Amino acid sequence: MADVILEMKHITKEFSGVKALDDVNLTVERGEIHALCGENGAGKSTLMNILSAVYPYGDYSGKIIYNGKECKFRDIRDSERKGIVIIHQELALSPYLSIAENVFLGNEITNIKNVIDWSQTRRRSKEILEKVGLSGENVNLPVNKLSVGKQQLVEIAKALAKKVELLILDEPTASLNDEDSKKLLNIILGLKKRGITCIMISHKLNELSQVADSITVIRDGKTIETLKKGQDDLNEDRIIKGMVGRELTNRYPPRESELGDVAFEVKNWTVHHPDDSERVMLKDVNFNVRKGEVVGFAGLMGAGRTELAMSIFGKSYGSKISGEIYKDGKKLVLHDVQEAIRNGIAYASEDRKNYGLVLINDVRWNMTLSSLRDRFSRHWVIDRNEEIVAAEEYRGKLNIKANSIKQITGSLSGGNQQKVVLSKWILANPDVLILDEPTRGIDVGAKYEIYEIINSLAKAGKAVIFISSEMPELLGVCDRIYVLNQGEIAGELDKKDFSQEMIMKIIMSHTRREKQAI
Amino acid sequence: MSHSKLAKKKSGSIDAKQYGMLIALILIYFIFSLLSGGKNISSMNVNNLIMQNSYVVILAVGMLLCVLTGNVDLSVGSVVAFTGAACAIMVLDFHLPIAVSFLMILLCGLLIGAWQGFFIAYLNVPAFVVTLANMLVFRGLTMVILGGQTKGPLPTGYVQIGAGYLPEIYTYIGGQKVELLSILVGVIASLIVIYMEIRSINKKKSYGFEVPAAWQEILKLVIIIFIINFFTIKLACYNGLPVVLALMLVLIIIYTFITNNTVPGRQIYAVGGNAKAAKLSGIKTQRVMFWIYVSMGLMSALAGIVLSARNASATPKAGEGFELDAIAACYIGGAAALGGSGTIIGAVVGALIMGVLNNGMSLIGWSVDIQRVVKGLVLLGAVTIDLISKKKAS
Repeated sequence: MADVILEMKHITKEFSGVKALDDVNLTVERGEIHALCGENGAGKSTLMNILSAVYPYGDYSGKIIYNGKECKFRDIRDSERKGIVIIHQELALSPYLSIAENVFLGNEITNIKNVIDWSQTRRRSKEILEKVGLSGENVNLPVNKLSVGKQQLVEIAKALAKKVELLILDEPTASLNDEDSKKLLNIILGLKKRGITCIMISHKLNELSQVADSITVIRDGKTIETLKKGQDDLNEDRIIKGMVGRELTNRYPPRESELGDVAFEVKNWTVHHPDDSERVMLKDVNFNVRKGEVVGFAGLMGAGRTELAMSIFGKSYGSKISGEIYKDGKKLVLHDVQEAIRNGIAYASEDRKNYGLVLINDVRWNMTLSSLRDRFSRHWVIDRNEEIVAAEEYRGKLNIKANSIKQITGSLSGGNQQKVVLSKWILANPDVLILDEPTRGIDVGAKYEIYEIINSLAKAGKAVIFISSEMPELLGVCDRIYVLNQGEIAGELDKKDFSQEMIMKIIMSHTRREKQAI
Repeated sequence: MSHSKLAKKKSGSIDAKQYGMLIALILIYFIFSLLSGGKNISSMNVNNLIMQNSYVVILAVGMLLCVLTGNVDLSVGSVVAFTGAACAIMVLDFHLPIAVSFLMILLCGLLIGAWQGFFIAYLNVPAFVVTLANMLVFRGLTMVILGGQTKGPLPTGYVQIGAGYLPEIYTYIGGQKVELLSILVGVIASLIVIYMEIRSINKKKSYGFEVPAAWQEILKLVIIIFIINFFTIKLACYNGLPVVLALMLVLIIIYTFITNNTVPGRQIYAVGGNAKAAKLSGIKTQRVMFWIYVSMGLMSALAGIVLSARNASATPKAGEGFELDAIAACYIGGAAALGGSGTIIGAVVGALIMGVLNNGMSLIGWSVDIQRVVKGLVLLGAVTIDLISKKKAS
């Protein structure tokens, strides 16, 4: 019998009468990396919130047995004292405090009563940072100066400072690019060697099949199965089968491209940092998109893809912008977002919660927001009935799972929120759509539907620009891919040359050239 | 899914919440009518209620737009004093025609709003700081231009807008002197309400949308028509329709229409709900912020004129604390402190709740000190209940 660190038995949790978890069982062995898989809304996060006592004992039914003893946690401190630490998807760092302060946040080292021992704090945080691969960092630096990837590592350091035994990671790599993800996964493997047990939630199935020792699949609030390394196949297709309950033979919908004339062209595009007008963020970028074409933008985090898209979209990013934009051969000068929209350009942000939706308002309200003036009003007066008709139409067309167009968007799942954002932009009737990470953090089924929407847009003759950090989906959906690196176009790939290796090769050789140039 | 069920409840309760405040208002009014032995439903008192609270209502209407963006305007009390003083000086010292003075003061209000809006919208100085600074500036300027003295008395033509009545047509019904215009307005207003409701139902039907059950519609109409006619009949038994009532109603209708049915109104909610998303949806967020404060400046000037007219004089201390009453009215009326939600009608109901409380407590002889305590607790209670009920809903 293996050494079991944690058992969750018959866990049932209801939210106002609706079962989010229904008799879920989870067994985790000591020292393993245990992955939790499931579509959005399947109940993974709820289960982890029960374990870490975000939902305290009494809020759910069932038993938690940890280290052989039944636990009745009242709050997060209770569970942390036992060595269970959760790192949420949204980072819980205080942006203006230093790394050292964050590492010991809520767990300060004190000498006399409640007086912080700073030298000890700095020394200990340095030690801990080494364990997570941040040995070079200055511990006095405020965390907001670090990249997202490094902040994620600080979160782990924070957990280590609490003498963690069981670490729960909720989508740790969701906002990281491939390279940073790899680093993070290596750190997690390192922790495993130190004897720390990990439970990891992720949508990036290829990562899970690489690092996980066992995988528990949850669907609709029920445990479906637990797959173990050595006994079962841990490849992606197998996991997906468990998640969706059927084989998803093709992860990308088929598509016949019919390319038209060049619809959109950007020439010699150079952009400087918004706060520091000396710093070049994008240098001499040239690209074009044809009608009916889906053009991908690949690149590492910080390559400048979002910056490129936003600077084109009515100068929403950057300073001292130079270069030209042509649409259907005609030169455009776009001073603000409104002009960009009026000229048939749309940009769906990578961050739908902060930049895409007004979460406190409903589906209909959000859908019509960017086309309100030109499509849903006459003399500035809104025609609500037209709004309702259009919103109902797109709720059906894009298969948005909301119980009515009056549902508040904040209560929709990620995939459905994304569909509302897409509806908003389709309603603005653009010719050029820039989609920035449209599938980030959404489940396999919803991703497929987003790809289908992209295909139908291309089929309707729109020019689609598709920015993504997930290379497989770029390869699966696009007609052509530009590789952006350090603010420059490092290369361009036609469909026949598509492969992840090619993209990485382009990035690596460009980075090397840049280094030599310096 | 757990989401779907909640959303259903939520969408149904948005209206209920608004009516909830209205019911609270009626209840408070009713309780005080018992406590005061019916004093507060007398014709004269109904008239006083409207006159006394007109400026807070006017300010609350303007303030709601600021609150929708998650901000407040602390300068309104000082601006009310300043514009009132400036107007009195124009009429009494410079002997300008009253109409010209009014127009110039309204323009002055717009400029004050533009001045504040410029700092807030285009220089990104926090609204709290800008309006706090201007609260001091305009209070000071009021003292300066008045030389610390009260300016008055103001001529009848001026006083009319704050304390006067619309043309009166008297008749006697059963020995009671009754003003006919008020009755007529009440009847016409009732007919308009019925017509609008039927039109909206028909339009919904023509699009094939669901319409609420007939009994709900009828109940709603009966309550609204009762309230309208209660007021108009009470006023008819006194001096008729106050000018400020007409002014207030026009403002409420205009602002409700703007916030509910126009693109700029929608944009205000969008900026308050999520400014970054609004900007990326093509909304010029800075321009929206700027015009909100211009509108607030205009409302402050209007309230300044009305207040000085009602007092027949301008005083250095006029309007003190009005900003807080207006802000409190918005919050009691269900506006979210973080911005993004709230209605004009809510703010008006909020202002009336405070007005009815003030008036009722005065009638039963409670001191001003106790009144403040009660008002404070009502604000705290209303917002807390609102937040808890929202939390439960999610």
